[in-house]
Amino acid sequence: MRKLALRDEILLKIEKPARYIGNEVNSVMKDPSQVDIRFAMCFPDVYEIGMSHLGIQILYDMFNQFEDTWCERVYSPWTDLDAIMREEKIPLFALESQNPLKDFDFLGITLQYEMCYTNILQVLDLGQIPLYACERGEDDPIVIGGGPCSYNPEPIADFFDLFYIGEGETSYRELLDVYKACEKDHRSRKEFLIEAAKIQGMYVPQLYDVTYKEDGTIASFEPNVENIPRTILKNIVMDVSHTYYPEKPVIPFIKATQDRVMLEIQRGCIRGCRFCQAGQLYRPVRERDVEMLKHCALEMLKNTGHEEISLTSLSSSDYSKLEELVTFLIEECEKKKINISLPSLRIDAFSLDVMTKVQDVRKSSLTFAPEAGTQRLRDVINKGLTEEVILNGARDAFRGGWNRVKLYFMLGLPTETEEDMLGIGQLANEIAATYYETVPKEERKGKVQIVVSTSFFIPKPFTPFQWAPMNTKEDFLNKAFVTKNGIMSQLNQKSIKYNWHEADVSVLEGVLARGDRRVAEVIRKVYEKGCIYDAWGEMFKNDIWLTTFEECGLSVDFYTTRERSLDEIFPWDFIDCGVTKEFLMREWKNAMKESVTPNCRMLCQGCGAKRFGGGVCYEGEN
Amino acid sequence: MKVRIKFSKHGAMKFIGHLDIMRYFQKAIRRSDIDIAYSTGFSPHQIMSFAMPLGVGLESDGEYFDVEMNSIVSCEDILTRLNAQMVEGMHILNVRVLPENVGNAMASVAAARYRISFRQGKEPSFPWKEMLADFLGQESIFVIKQTKKSEKELDLRPAIYEMFLESDSIVMLVDASSAGNIKPTLVMEAFYAHASHDQEPLGEFDLEITRMETYANAGTAEAPVFVPLDEI
Repeated sequence: MRKLALRDEILLKIEKPARYIGNEVNSVMKDPSQVDIRFAMCFPDVYEIGMSHLGIQILYDMFNQFEDTWCERVYSPWTDLDAIMREEKIPLFALESQNPLKDFDFLGITLQYEMCYTNILQVLDLGQIPLYACERGEDDPIVIGGGPCSYNPEPIADFFDLFYIGEGETSYRELLDVYKACEKDHRSRKEFLIEAAKIQGMYVPQLYDVTYKEDGTIASFEPNVENIPRTILKNIVMDVSHTYYPEKPVIPFIKATQDRVMLEIQRGCIRGCRFCQAGQLYRPVRERDVEMLKHCALEMLKNTGHEEISLTSLSSSDYSKLEELVTFLIEECEKKKINISLPSLRIDAFSLDVMTKVQDVRKSSLTFAPEAGTQRLRDVINKGLTEEVILNGARDAFRGGWNRVKLYFMLGLPTETEEDMLGIGQLANEIAATYYETVPKEERKGKVQIVVSTSFFIPKPFTPFQWAPMNTKEDFLNKAFVTKNGIMSQLNQKSIKYNWHEADVSVLEGVLARGDRRVAEVIRKVYEKGCIYDAWGEMFKNDIWLTTFEECGLSVDFYTTRERSLDEIFPWDFIDCGVTKEFLMREWKNAMKESVTPNCRMLCQGCGAKRFGGGVCYEGEN
Repeated sequence: MKVRIKFSKHGAMKFIGHLDIMRYFQKAIRRSDIDIAYSTGFSPHQIMSFAMPLGVGLESDGEYFDVEMNSIVSCEDILTRLNAQMVEGMHILNVRVLPENVGNAMASVAAARYRISFRQGKEPSFPWKEMLADFLGQESIFVIKQTKKSEKELDLRPAIYEMFLESDSIVMLVDASSAGNIKPTLVMEAFYAHASHDQEPLGEFDLEITRMETYANAGTAEAPVFVPLDEI
């Protein structure tokens, strides 16, 4: 039997010991003496969240298919274990072998949201790995970051040896081979990093210098060694039907957030909503072959025993073979008593028909994401959804027996006025009125329930809104107040419930999203003052963050509310995600003109992603 | 038809709680592709009932659950298929078809046998081996039993059917029926209190406990005959 890193009495004292023992079905054990490379893959949040992430499952499966590599998993210890490990100086370990992280060759950390940054330091610190890349020695693991937040890695650049920009399936093999060659020739850590920096998508922060202008914006960003690229081109898988896909995902013992088979049907999104980062980063849209998906679905259900399967993508309705796939799944799942969940579906006749087949209508609700309260503002953000479409969808759904609706909006979008905020309540009211018009009194099962949720808009890199000023906390709270009053003044207000997001944490996320290298010092200091799990509302200590920004002589407003000029060099400009800055600028100007841009299937806008040579850009050309 | 499955749980698996073990078996059964029966309704679930939850931290060689099957090839087939799906620390020990008239696993449980040993360095300082007979010689052993709502006084003595020394461990057979279930730590706390004259309390992590077997009563209430749940 494996020896656990933690003593029984520790495991019996803490919450959910299953987070730390490994041994899950489909987890991979290898003989350490038979592999050349030990890779620890980390999701810097609690186990149940981290285990729900498809990206890690894909990479875990890929790495373990390499015979010379053993990839293991590690997650952030919860605060109860965190305290014990500090007290007893127990080094953080990987789940499979239970060996300390510091003995690994690589520590890969996925960066899924900005508010996990202090947890990265927790993992390094408990792992007994120096926090700063420049302080690491020859025996320390190479610390690699990847995932969406690596598209602006600068606020955490000092903590990483390397960022892998883009999709993981393509360049890791090459990186590992370079590593092995360097090991064999006894070359130094620095020499390896320089070699690594020549591989597509690899960014080694130490090898680039940043200078700043007097106003705090960037003056220059230059490599400090020769023969490494000035701009880093993202990695992308062009053939998503013939690549790694985990047919045997690891099954946690405790209930993870996603306790189901996840079937990623496509990458990217044709829509081009101007606030959405994912919609730009993952261009062009690439669909997986429907036969591959059918095969994967059956294999994964067989290998996991999960009782539910979920289709994932940014916009499932845009998948061209959706009907074929869903019909197949309904038939197979009926036999095997498996539930199907279909998030991110547009409400129309097809989706309502499917939902009637796969869900209990009485228990489920309809979801619309108009994102803005008026057509004018929806045009600004390029959200194609119109009031007519929403009301028609709702009417059909009400006839089909639904009586619960969820509506998602953002507050603080560029050009927003009070009319837009009041529009939220008016739209919710219209939907409620539609219910009462559509469903005769005797058929109603109670009131219609409409839940309106607003989040605060945070401008993100590589979106047309990367130039936009963000609102202050006070603006946000005022807007939520106006929205609330707008809802309360509606005729059907008793049918409408309103939730809004925390404003403090949104402001901070705004800083980290568009921050530069100077923010790293703040992250380290707040970590040393005890901040971790900032993404967890009850743990977030806003005061500490704000006072630390002051201590470090940095202004929150510089990163959030400041109006950026069109010629400013952004901290992330050295990354080439396929979409050009010229295109984003054009879209920013279109937004100001309230002008709508057609989606990728309707008309190519020349965003730049066509140069990858595939996906939606070449549909129908073969 | 109803099938009773006996399994063991050791090593790291002792940290997996009862509800998660149920989920673990639901998934293992799906993977093994045996023809289990499902309930009807909008979200059908496997028809399955566990004999007795095992506390987190305990190991076991005698756990049971019943499943309703539509059809079976053989008990051997179920055993092989399920064992192919087990993780380290879990093992299917026996599968048998239940006679028609046997009640479900949970209702049948009457007693359980435990082996208790002391963690390294946690042996009591009093001469515990010698004190065992003295402890059992008492006519009654009153303890306070904490329940969710209240605490009540309880005589443990009639609930302890056997308790004896086996090399460096204590083995006990105690009441495990739904009405009178006794946790082995409760007995050990009383033993510590008695043997040390209340001077040495049992520490939270001093014991290693293995459930050795779970029994049904094939006799009467007055003259019980305990048989393992898979030998009914």
